[in-house]
Amino acid sequence: MSTLEIKDLHVSIDTEQGTKEILKGVSLTIKTGQTHAIMGPNGSGKSTLASTIAGHPRYNVTGGTITLDGEDVLAMSVDERARAGLFLAMQYPVEVPGVSMTNFLRTAKTAIDGEAPKLRTWTKDVKEAMAKLRIDADFTQRNVNEGFSGGEKKRVEILQLELFKPKFAILDETDSGLDVDALKVVSEGVNRAHAEGNMGTLLITHYTRILRYIKPEFVHVFVDGKVVEEGGPELADRLEEEGYDRYVQGAGTATIAAADAAAQA
Amino acid sequence: MTDITTEKARIGAPSSQPFIDGFTEEGESLSPLNSAESKAPLAGDAVKAHSHGGGVGVPDSSRAGRLTSYTLADFKPLTGMEEDWRFTPLKRLRGLHTEVLGGAAPAVAVTAPEGVRVETVGRDDARIGSAAIPEDRVSANAWENFAEATVITVPANVQTEGEVSVVLTGQGEAASAQHLVIIAEKFSRGVVVLDHQGSAVVSENVEILVEDGAELTVISLQEWNDDAVHASSQQAKLGRDAKFKHIVVSLGGDLVRVTPSARFTAPGAEAEMFGLYFADAGQHLEQRLFVDHAVANCKSNVLYKGALQGRNAHTVWVGDVLIRKEAEGTDTYEANRNLVLTDGARADSVPNLEIETGLIAGAGHASATGRFDDEHLFYLMARGIPEKVARRLVVRGFLNEIIQQIRVPAIEERLTAAVERELAATDN
Repeated sequence: MSTLEIKDLHVSIDTEQGTKEILKGVSLTIKTGQTHAIMGPNGSGKSTLASTIAGHPRYNVTGGTITLDGEDVLAMSVDERARAGLFLAMQYPVEVPGVSMTNFLRTAKTAIDGEAPKLRTWTKDVKEAMAKLRIDADFTQRNVNEGFSGGEKKRVEILQLELFKPKFAILDETDSGLDVDALKVVSEGVNRAHAEGNMGTLLITHYTRILRYIKPEFVHVFVDGKVVEEGGPELADRLEEEGYDRYVQGAGTATIAAADAAAQA
Repeated sequence: MTDITTEKARIGAPSSQPFIDGFTEEGESLSPLNSAESKAPLAGDAVKAHSHGGGVGVPDSSRAGRLTSYTLADFKPLTGMEEDWRFTPLKRLRGLHTEVLGGAAPAVAVTAPEGVRVETVGRDDARIGSAAIPEDRVSANAWENFAEATVITVPANVQTEGEVSVVLTGQGEAASAQHLVIIAEKFSRGVVVLDHQGSAVVSENVEILVEDGAELTVISLQEWNDDAVHASSQQAKLGRDAKFKHIVVSLGGDLVRVTPSARFTAPGAEAEMFGLYFADAGQHLEQRLFVDHAVANCKSNVLYKGALQGRNAHTVWVGDVLIRKEAEGTDTYEANRNLVLTDGARADSVPNLEIETGLIAGAGHASATGRFDDEHLFYLMARGIPEKVARRLVVRGFLNEIIQQIRVPAIEERLTAAVERELAATDN
């Protein structure tokens, strides 16, 4: 059982207009086996949270802590975080010229496990995982993400999730830009990884659509860099019907509600 | 991040009419010769009276119109404004274009498998001039000044095991001239490795004759010391059904300029031309190649890949492919890829394709120059891969596509190690 704990996290970025605070005190605790959904309107800071956990250099942490089983995640470099068991499925996976998928997957697996995977079983694992995600076999010969469509890139992110077996998976809008079929395939992949029982999931999404396939136990609503409401799956249903307007317009009351919820928790 | 430009081939002969003033097909031309006098892109100062190429009715704009001559005096002194010299820092040529090349040429040591003939011959040997004719002043200067030539012959029907190793070791800083002739006679098969090492200031002509049905691979390695200056014209003439593979690898030297060409003289031949270059701070590595589809039904494939790192690392790739009117059924593709690893480096890439007949199987050209940037690094590191490993992974994978074309295991290993050393230099 592992715990990823985020406490009163404040994050800013440097812009041409000066420093801009994006996360204004976020607290969240995820344990192995749990699925948390973070939902919120565009610009609310959801993706910033994901990137900050992974250690993207663009984001400056100005306050608060992130710990993984008590270890200070913020003190770790990007690769150390991954090796500690954090995985970020990126919203916009980049193309990496010159590196074949085969080489990349094997190198990453070796780095994460601290030893090279056994060649025969590894090749088989990769092949099977690809088949389940309906990724063509010839993708292994292609360069990482190079020329992949949006949907293909997302599938390849989930492929990595299944192969690397992280302690915590952070899915940054993995559902955006996917058609329904691809969404199903990707969700099944996440559910398979989750079903192995050694992973906690933080699902970041703008839409409720993916929640038909991946069922969160906890839903957090993000507005303006803060969690404004928390609840169970029923909160997602409510968002489906009402959208985010309620929070954006009546941010004051929502904040109070969140404070109440926090006090009870 | 990665800009890919793939133009559709232009059908028909290029026009000899003036283009937009100051612009050529390669973009802005800084040369007054090009924009004013010769009015056209590729001509340079092609002198019709002396031209052994091209001839009557060939437009100045065509690569076919370029001046070729064995006589140095036919080429005007270089100004740096000429089309084919516009990227080259002439000041760093150390006299290859101005001096009499009287210095000691790099010492030649040949190790050849059984059946291969190796000779050292004088200037009057009949085989000299059988495959090449200088196309620029520096090459003509070497032609006028070389003292003796090394002739390597794979005799007819001989299929060699293992490669012919030609180690050329620089003898110092006096500007010198070198001449090599490589002949693969009918239905022979061979691999020749030119291994350039040490310190030298040298202009070199390599003549390559691939006779009917022969299969020849020539690999030219430039692993010079940091101070070397090397200009190398490597011209190949291909007979009927000949197969020619040419690989240029430029890693060392202050200024290295390799100008390989493949000329088809009979149908059915194939040319593959590969290149790998890795420029560090201050290095100038230039490659200008020419594929001359002068006859029908020949195939060519060109791929050059380069990596650059450090301040003022400069690479130049110019690929001229000419499909003449007679060359029906031609199939050709050329591509250049560059990977810029740090700020302050510059990669120039100019793919030129001239097509004078529409009756071809295929013709394409492409060029892309990409950066290894922070987002690539973040992506790989976010998968647990340490920074150094990530950087190497990218460069190694990128260049390996060329290295694996060599198929001489010892050399592949040596080059892989050399690339690793280049990468280790960035770590510090």
